[in-house]
Amino acid sequence: MVTIKELTREEYWLPGNSSCPGCPAALGLRMLGKALEGKFVLVVPASCTTVIQGIYPATPSRVPLLNIAFAASASAASGLRAALRIRGLKVPVVVWAGDGGTADIGLQALSGAAERNEDILYICYDNEAYQNTGIQRSGATPYGAWTTTTPLGKREHKKDVPMIVAAHGVPYVATASIAYPLDFVEKVRKAASKSGFRYIHLHAPCPVGWRFPPSKTVEVGRLAVETGMWILYEIEDGVLRLTGRSRVLLDPSKRKPIEEYLRAQGRFSHLDERDVEELKRYVEARWRELKKLLEERGGCLR
Amino acid sequence: MSGLPVTAIATPRRGAAGRTGLWRVERPVIDHSRCIKCLLCWLYCPEGAVVRHEDNSVEIDYDYCKGCGICANECPVRAITVVAERE
Ligand SMILES: Cc1ncc(C[n+]2csc(CCOP(=O)(O)OP(=O)(O)O)c2C)c(N)n1
Ligand code: SF4
Ligand code: SF4
Ligand code: SF4
Ligand SMILES: [Mg+2]
Repeated sequence: MVTIKELTREEYWLPGNSSCPGCPAALGLRMLGKALEGKFVLVVPASCTTVIQGIYPATPSRVPLLNIAFAASASAASGLRAALRIRGLKVPVVVWAGDGGTADIGLQALSGAAERNEDILYICYDNEAYQNTGIQRSGATPYGAWTTTTPLGKREHKKDVPMIVAAHGVPYVATASIAYPLDFVEKVRKAASKSGFRYIHLHAPCPVGWRFPPSKTVEVGRLAVETGMWILYEIEDGVLRLTGRSRVLLDPSKRKPIEEYLRAQGRFSHLDERDVEELKRYVEARWRELKKLLEERGGCLR
Repeated sequence: MSGLPVTAIATPRRGAAGRTGLWRVERPVIDHSRCIKCLLCWLYCPEGAVVRHEDNSVEIDYDYCKGCGICANECPVRAITVVAERE
């Protein structure tokens, strides 16, 4: 178990950057830097993180960072890793991409790199919409959520990217949340200790796009986990286990009502009873699937 | 061509976006008599604007703190209050 006190005081994503107050991406980048103590290379496609870097010639990033075209992160990272290998450098190459850049636009490159088992760590920070360009829906936007392109609420459920990646049979897949930074740090370190394709999907509540006050970023992230809307797990060599807070939530009576999560955010304020029931049905079904997998197959996906 | 940069390479700097403390409309204030040095405010500050001293006491760097209020929201003993910025 990682503890707060053992985390380094060093900052690798420096203060005074262009992120909005209460930004989950900035928090995640800080934790990533601490997890690997600055010894890695970042690859970032077009996203809020491009903007958070600010304007040349200054950057908040103390690690080398390659900004790359939207669709290309996993391919660029694969090439970068190969070049570093030729130079005899072992430094981890980490993709840091948004949900739009992962679930939609970068999915092809991501799938290709996963299938080739490229030696990279791909992290998707999931703020559940194209936030940087003004809150457009993505494949990772949940059912019912308001965005500027789903003014009446999205009609489709969230695309399950971590499970799509897991279906490639890669060595490591995990979900995480910015509300549980130590769990995230642990997963980053575990992923970094392995080779081959590794994937972490980081839930990242965005105060701007989800319509809640910036002081509630962590609280909303915690509610997502406590209500079972977001599930923390890891899949090592094809075997899934629940982690952290989610471990005790297989029993539905231990989960908070999802209304507590929905009520905390303006993007769900228009939902009617039928929408809430649909979300509940979806969440319960996901947990039932996981329970079956864990109880009948010991979490073994293949 | 030697010595010419092939592409624009930025250099790391605190305050790459300027003194972001100027964005603040509300100011978090720590009551050190109540603080139990749990470091949760330091952990959760998205900005890295909570300074963690050698003895694990904490202090807010008002040059860069954007006043989001996460530290106050997460402090388990409510040692941080949020007050309006004057001017
Ligand atoms: C090929 C291409 N299409 C569109 C854009 C415009 N664009 C830049 S960032 C962005 C949104 C990114 O969304 P996401 O990946 O979820 O990251 P977030 O901004 O939410 O952090 C878009 C549409 C672009 N830069 N390149
Ligand atoms: S829109 Fe959201 S994710 Fe993007 S910089 Fe602002 S707070 Fe961060
Ligand atoms: S108000 Fe926000 S930016 Fe300022 S110290 Fe607290 S958490 Fe950090
Ligand atoms: S969260 Fe509160 S108690 Fe903990 S270190 Fe910060 S001010 Fe002190
Ligand atoms: Mg996004």
